[in-house]
Amino acid sequence: MSTVFLALQTNEETRPIIEAILQDNSNAVVDEQPAMVKINADGRLVVRRETIEEIIGREYDLQEMQVNMITMSGNLDQTDDEITLFWKS
Amino acid sequence: MQIDLRTVTIKPLRQTFDNIARRIGADKPASRYQEGTLDMQQEANYHYRPTWDPDHLIYDRDRTAIRMADWYSFKDPRQFYYGAYTLARAKQQDTAEANFDFVENRGLAATLPEDLRATVLQLLLPLRHVAWGANMNNAAVCAYGYGTAFTQPCIYQAMDQLGIAQYLTRVGLLLGDVEVLDTAKQSWMDDDTWQGLRRYVEDTMVLKDPFELFVAQNVALDGLLYPLVYETIIDDVLSAQGGTPVAMLTQFMTDWHAETRKWTDATMKTAAAESGDNKEVLGKWVTHWRDRAASALLPVARIAVGERADELTAEVVQQFNARMAKAGVAL
Repeated sequence: MSTVFLALQTNEETRPIIEAILQDNSNAVVDEQPAMVKINADGRLVVRRETIEEIIGREYDLQEMQVNMITMSGNLDQTDDEITLFWKS
Repeated sequence: MQIDLRTVTIKPLRQTFDNIARRIGADKPASRYQEGTLDMQQEANYHYRPTWDPDHLIYDRDRTAIRMADWYSFKDPRQFYYGAYTLARAKQQDTAEANFDFVENRGLAATLPEDLRATVLQLLLPLRHVAWGANMNNAAVCAYGYGTAFTQPCIYQAMDQLGIAQYLTRVGLLLGDVEVLDTAKQSWMDDDTWQGLRRYVEDTMVLKDPFELFVAQNVALDGLLYPLVYETIIDDVLSAQGGTPVAMLTQFMTDWHAETRKWTDATMKTAAAESGDNKEVLGKWVTHWRDRAASALLPVARIAVGERADELTAEVVQQFNARMAKAGVAL
């Protein structure tokens, strides 16, 4: 299976997002680089709004993540509740 | 000449302060909220006791009947520290200003039916004094409570209540003239309708136990007043009679209560989950203050909804009970 990934800037705003991603995806691997956090996962990676909201304690719009997103790879499926990265087989 | 650019990764030697690292582990960075909250209150070197209360330390765990092994197990789900709090409120202030401008510029206050306008003034304006009492009470919880995790949100709550009192004043000045404030004060002092609530506010002002004060003010009174007056009467009943402009002016109160409720619920949940004794004490306080608040609010609700006051208050109390059950407080 191929790897999908998401790269975010390292800052105060992305920290809870990364925490949420790690909580929701047991297969996610964090690769910390200078000023960037890359999250790799085999085949599939989910970012859930609810988990992020729980951590930051306020309502969250998944679009807010775009501000701090550097790049990503994979096919993208986005709804109001979650963003899923995967490879169509 | 050729220059090679190379990235060098510099690992920070430490992620956060030692006192935070002892709580959350040294390997991960702390959030601003954690750094601005955990162990902030001074604990040591109090060899002189305050002259105004020689039985206690300045910050003393024994002022309340609630026992916590660690007072920092409380967590504000909104994660408010000074910066986050002021930013959030500044944003809401902008919205509120825009709402006031909208109502003012389009002359919407003049479109209110006369009897509705009178009802709104009678119902809302004396609540300024309730908000001021809530300001004093929360400042007291902050002053006498223990641990920043518990006391910090209280001072924010105190400032919010002051803001609410100001918004109510502005509603009065928009719908009426300066004398409506005097009339409201008069009702607050003399009118039978308000004496129950006034007694409640004044009785809570002399409560010594900061956690009981927190329950009486933020959980019981606010937990019934805001859903009843703002969510039910203003947003539903009066809006249906053409009072939508008023609902715009009190939007902050509705939003604010929905937000602060998360914090009060989380605080109750943490305290109740700590021990059976805490649970019992909280249950006793909540029952006592809920019943008093409900009966004090009943005549106030009658101003706007007359006969339906009993039914609406009962509904709000029922929702409140469900909230408390969810927070793990047995009533």
